[in-house]
Amino acid sequence: MRAAARPYDDVVVAAPVTIPYVRHSIKSAHWFLAQALAKLIEAARLRKTDIDGLAVSSFTLSPDTAVGFTQHIGLSPRFLEHVPMGGASAIVQLRRAARAVEAGEAQIVACIAGDTNHVDSFRLNTASFSRFARDAVYPYGSGGPNGSFALLTAHYMRVFGATPEDYGKLCVAQRRNALTNPLALFRKELSLEEYLSARLIADPIRLFDCVMPCAGADGFLVMRRATARKLELPHARLLAAIERHNAYPDDPVQFRGGWALDREALYAQAGVSPKDIDFLEAYDDYPVMTLMQIEDLGFCAKGDGPQFVRRHSFTTQGSFPLNTSGGQLSMGQPGAAGGHLGVVEAIRQLIGAPLGTQVRKARLGLVSGFGMINYDRGLCSGAAIFAAASGRKRGHKR
Amino acid sequence: MSASPPGSLGSGQRAKRRNPLVPLKPPSVPPSGRSRAAQGLTAAAALGILALQRCEDCGAVQYPPRDACVQCLSAKLRWRPMRVGGELLSETLIRHGQELFFRHRAPFRAGLVRLDDGPSAIVALHRDCEPAPSRLRVRLVLDKAGQALMIGLPEKDTPDMADDSLIRDTTCAPRARKVLITDAKTKLGRTMVEALLAAGAELVWAGFAAPWKPSPHLDALGALEPVTLVPLDVSDETSVRELAGSIGGKVDILINTAEYHRPGTISSRPGVETARAEMEVNYFGLLRLTQAFSPALKARAADAPVSSTAWVNILSTRALSNDPAHGTFSASKAAAFSLTQALRADLQASGIRVINVFPGPIEDEWNALVPPPKLSPAALAKAVVDALERGLEDVYPGEIAKDLIARFLENPKALERELSG
Repeated sequence: MRAAARPYDDVVVAAPVTIPYVRHSIKSAHWFLAQALAKLIEAARLRKTDIDGLAVSSFTLSPDTAVGFTQHIGLSPRFLEHVPMGGASAIVQLRRAARAVEAGEAQIVACIAGDTNHVDSFRLNTASFSRFARDAVYPYGSGGPNGSFALLTAHYMRVFGATPEDYGKLCVAQRRNALTNPLALFRKELSLEEYLSARLIADPIRLFDCVMPCAGADGFLVMRRATARKLELPHARLLAAIERHNAYPDDPVQFRGGWALDREALYAQAGVSPKDIDFLEAYDDYPVMTLMQIEDLGFCAKGDGPQFVRRHSFTTQGSFPLNTSGGQLSMGQPGAAGGHLGVVEAIRQLIGAPLGTQVRKARLGLVSGFGMINYDRGLCSGAAIFAAASGRKRGHKR
Repeated sequence: MSASPPGSLGSGQRAKRRNPLVPLKPPSVPPSGRSRAAQGLTAAAALGILALQRCEDCGAVQYPPRDACVQCLSAKLRWRPMRVGGELLSETLIRHGQELFFRHRAPFRAGLVRLDDGPSAIVALHRDCEPAPSRLRVRLVLDKAGQALMIGLPEKDTPDMADDSLIRDTTCAPRARKVLITDAKTKLGRTMVEALLAAGAELVWAGFAAPWKPSPHLDALGALEPVTLVPLDVSDETSVRELAGSIGGKVDILINTAEYHRPGTISSRPGVETARAEMEVNYFGLLRLTQAFSPALKARAADAPVSSTAWVNILSTRALSNDPAHGTFSASKAAAFSLTQALRADLQASGIRVINVFPGPIEDEWNALVPPPKLSPAALAKAVVDALERGLEDVYPGEIAKDLIARFLENPKALERELSG
C-alpha cells in the first residue's frame, strides 16, 4: 500500500500558449522553445526575470539540455527541470513545478515543450531513439512507432474485440473537433468511410490512426493561486496528478498502462470520481492508446473500451468530450510537446477560451500523458485533473 | 534463391540472364548499430545458435540484451542457448520502410513473440507463419549487415520455405548460383564441387594449378556438364587476375580451398622456403583472390534475379592456436584468418557474407601422421553447404574442431600448453 501524496495546496495553471505547428521547419528547437517562452511572458504580462522556474522538454534540442537553453535565452531560473519523457513530459513537468511553487522553490514556473521537424529528422531520431530500440526494434524495419503500435493495436483487437470502426469513430470525432480550431493542421472533415478506405501503414494501423510529426511548441505557467490573482490571470486549479514509469513490466504485450495502477490515488487526491469528469484530453498517438486510457482511468472496465466507444459520442458537444482541440491526430504531433497539447487545451476549456469549440459547463478536465516506446511498449504514463477556478470540486453530472 | 518462377526452367536450361542494359542495383544493408551487449546475439547467430543472457544469480532470462539483470541487478549475465519455440502474440505487415533496405523489401511481416524461455521479442516473420495466436520456431540469424536478427518460422517446414525473402536475405544457399572453387584437384576440392552441385549450384568453376601434374579428381570433374575447369594458381598474380577478368563478374559464391601444407616442427626443416610457399598460397593467395574477385562480388550483391552472396575460407583450428607439429602451416593459417576479418569488414557494406570454416585435421596426405579421428572431405564439404544454406559465419565442423574451440574459448593458455605436449 502506497502512502497517499499530500494534496496540492492552491496550485494553478495559467497562460496556455501554442506556437503554431508546421509540417516541416528549417528553424531549431531553440527557436520554438524561445518563442513559447516569449509568448508566455506576453500572455501573462510579465518581465522575463519574473520567470524563476523553468521546465523544458524536447527531442531535438541536442546537444543542449534545459541547462544550455537557459544561457541561450538569458534566463537565470532558481528551479530548472529537463524532462525527457516524451508524451508524459507535460504531466511530469506539471508535477515537479507544482511542488516547487508550493514549497517556495519558485514563484512562477514556465513549463514548455517544443521540437523542430526537419525533412530527415524523423528517420534520424528513430534510428537512435533508445538502446533497446536500436538493438531490438529498428533492425526489424518498422522505423518508428508505427510498427510497435501496430503490434499493440492488433493484439488489443484480437483480445478485446475492438474493430476498425471503433478506432475510426474516435478519429472522426477528433477531426470534427478540429474543424473549429484554427491551429489544427488537419481541418478537412473526415468520414468513417474515408478513415476505413485509407491506405494501411502497418496492419492494422491505417493512415488516419497515425499522428503526423510536425514542428511546434506549447507552454503554460504554474504558480500559486495568490500569484495568479495578483497578476489577474485566468487560471485552472490543479486537483491531482500521477505519474508512473515502466508499469506492469511482466505483461508480455502492453494492454494497459500505469494509469491502472494509480488511478485510485488520482481520484482520491482530487476528491472526484470518473463520472464527475467533463472532458478528457487523452494522449492519442494511435487510437488504441486512447481506448486503454479510457479503461485504465476508470471510465469503463478493462476490455470494455470498444463497448464504451459504441455507447458514446466524442465531439465537444458529445456525451464524452474527448481531445477537444482535435488532439494530435488532427493538430499534428509537435514532438515532445505532444503531451502539452492536452494540458493547454484543458486550461483553455476551463478558463473559457478554447481554440475551437467550448465544452458546455466544463468544470473538471482530465489530461493524460503517455510516452517513450523504449522497446515494445510505452513506459511513461501520467494524468492530472484540473478544475475551473470558480468551479466546485464536485462537478455536475454529465 | 529461386532463379526464376517455377516452370520456366526446362531441364538443362540455365537461369534467366539479367538484362545487361539495366544498371546494377546498388546493395543496401539494414541498420547495423548495436550496443556492445547486443553483440552477444551476433556471436550466437554467427554459430547458428539461439542464445540469450541468463542471470547466473537468479536465473532470469533477459531480452533485449542488458548490462544488469532486470530482476536482481546482478552483473553476472551469461549467454546461454535457449529453447527455440515461442508464441506469436501479435503481428503486423509493415508497408513502408524508413531505411532504404526496408523500403526495397516492403511490405514485410513483423511479430511480437513470447519466447518459451520468458521474454517477449519483436521478430521478423516468415510468410508461412500462422496468424496470432500461434506457435512458431524462433531462430537467431545474421542479417545483410552481418548483425543478429531474430526470425520466426512456421512450426513445421512448409514447401518452398527457402524462397521467402527473409530466408534469402539471411542465407547464402548455393541453389541456382554460380560457384568458384579455387582448387579442385584434391580430394577435398572434388568433394566440394560435388557437394555444391548436389545443393543445386547452377555452375561450378573448378580451379586447377600445375596442369602438368595429373589429378584423377580433376579428370572426374571434367566429365560433369555443369563443371568448367579453369586454370588458377593463387600464388601467381597474373593467373588470378586473368581468371577474375573472365569470370569474376559472374561468381556468386567463392570457396577458397587452395592450400599448401607441409607438416613439421619449425626446427625440423632448414630455411624458410617451405614456410614461404605456405604463405604464398594460404595468405598471399587469399589476398590476391580478394583483390581480384571482391570488387565484382560487391557490385553484384543486389543483382537480380541471382545475386552474389558469399565468400568461404577453409581455414584450420590451427589458425586459432599453433599446432607445433605443423608450426609454419599454423602460422600461415593464422595470417589468413586475420586477413579474413579485414575481408569481412570490406564486404560488410554490400551484404556479402564471409564464412570461415575451421576444420581440425583433414583426411589428406599432409595429415597422414596425425592419429584419427580426422575430418573427412565429405564432412567438410557438407559443413560448407550447411553453413551457406543457414547463413552461418563461423563453422567448426566435426567433433575435433568443436572440442578444440571449446578448449580455446575456455582457456587459450591451457590449449597452448596442451598442443605443445
